[in-house]
Amino acid sequence: MYIKNIRKSILKMTHYSKSSHVGTCLSIVDILYVLYFKILNVDPKFPNNVTRDKFILSKGHGSAALYAVLAEKGFFSKDVLKQYYINGGVLPGHLDMTAVPGIELSTGSLGHGLSVGVGMAISNLVDRNPGNIYVLLGDGECNEGSVWEAIMFASHHKLSNITAIVDHNNLQGFGRTEDIINQKNLAERWRSFEWEVFEVDGHSLIDLEKTFKIISNKPKVIIAHTIKGKGISFMENKLEWHYKSPNDEELNLALSELDKTYENYFY
Amino acid sequence: MRTTFIETLIDEAEQDERVFLITPDLGFSVLEKFQKKFPKRFLNVGIAEQNAIGIASGLALSGKIVYVYSIIPFITMRCFEQIRIDVAYLNANVRLVGVGAGLSYGPQGATHHAIEDIGLMRALPNMTVCCPGDPLEAREITKASINYKGPMYIRLGKNNEPRIHKPDTQITIGKAVEVTQGDYLALITTSNTLELGMQWVKEWANEDLQVRLISMPTVKPIDKEAIFNLIQEGIPIYTLEEHSIIGGLGTAIAEIIAESDKKIKFKRIGLPDSFSHNVGDQKFLREKLGLIKPLI
Repeated sequence: MYIKNIRKSILKMTHYSKSSHVGTCLSIVDILYVLYFKILNVDPKFPNNVTRDKFILSKGHGSAALYAVLAEKGFFSKDVLKQYYINGGVLPGHLDMTAVPGIELSTGSLGHGLSVGVGMAISNLVDRNPGNIYVLLGDGECNEGSVWEAIMFASHHKLSNITAIVDHNNLQGFGRTEDIINQKNLAERWRSFEWEVFEVDGHSLIDLEKTFKIISNKPKVIIAHTIKGKGISFMENKLEWHYKSPNDEELNLALSELDKTYENYFY
Repeated sequence: MRTTFIETLIDEAEQDERVFLITPDLGFSVLEKFQKKFPKRFLNVGIAEQNAIGIASGLALSGKIVYVYSIIPFITMRCFEQIRIDVAYLNANVRLVGVGAGLSYGPQGATHHAIEDIGLMRALPNMTVCCPGDPLEAREITKASINYKGPMYIRLGKNNEPRIHKPDTQITIGKAVEVTQGDYLALITTSNTLELGMQWVKEWANEDLQVRLISMPTVKPIDKEAIFNLIQEGIPIYTLEEHSIIGGLGTAIAEIIAESDKKIKFKRIGLPDSFSHNVGDQKFLREKLGLIKPLI
């Protein structure tokens, strides 16, 4: 029941610390689950193994999701999750790679992750290191010009060992992405920059896994169509859950909803 | 200084496979030799400074020692937040190598003047700020940078600066260098004003004023001990830099003096807090903007 646990951890963390960004966290749970439990060559016992795959969460405000996944995977104890976003805690609101093992990059300012991932990808190619680099960006984050600098570079150099994933949930801080900066044709834009582009349902575990496993000789991007707040009916597709945290009542409602959803669910 | 830098870097890269050089499309006629010798370790990322810094950080996090080369305003300010997060915060082994200190690119206009860079870079935690004053300092700092831990900013002038130091002068990161002896005044210079300082000291000597010239090739960490000794001695201290009067060498030394509980005569000579709308070369602009020998 990894996925249920991850979603529950996120809800409890954001409730306990009264912190924001629960919606953006829930939107990427299925992607992170598939990456950490089906795709990435990472070992919680040896988090610094040189040939490991590296995952960068460029949209650093989704930190609670990554913390929850890393704890579920065994990089550190789940007890540490109580230390999220509180005075004297261990886990800051945006990612700090020195906080716990398993975090490959400190992020929180948008538009940085892909460039750093490109640097790691080049290093692996030069060293003939088989590790692959995965970078998850928000669709709103693609407003940042620096993202497109990295996109241009990666395709020019045919970096086949890097995969970007765009969490395309259509909502950003102030409203719907298409109302703020039109990017309805996001996939087409990446394609025109000569990336290998895939579009998937970002909550379909099977489709995600299948797409991650496709080998390409170009850099690859997976536009994952997702729902912000996925899994909790009253949070889904609601802008306010970008900044709100669940109160006691909302937490209980959300947790029991998850129990119901996953009642007959096997992995 | 830029030729000295690149030649030294090539020597080091021959012995150390970790050395990478990145340019956001600048350094024509300077960097080609490195590119030719180490094509796999040379990257022209195009005119994209933010990406240049991010890539440098990714390489550094993977164990490389990465030099990013460009004209100062573009390597320090265009991508300041990338430097702050991906280099300084991560304490990555990235070396930002900027050319065109102060007014070196004078007639190119204010976009190319580098007058705020020292202040910006020294405000960043983890960042070491080196401002060599002659080719010897440039060479020694480049050599030392290979195994230096954490991020560095190396502020170069342009080319063909004269050598001020004797060949056997010891240059250490974080240490001041005494160039001339004298008790009348201590003139502390950094970066490309060492030559000008030397010229003034010679002129003063002709007037029988013996001035102690001190070169400060590292502005952060600054050589506090050397400054404390001057304060203790009670010798007047003047600073000289081709940088805004705000935030550079003069500010760094003023901070030490202010907290020393001692009273000494102190004066900052630098550029005024303004953008230059004058057209002219470095020498012309220095005079126009008040970088002139003070009466002592």
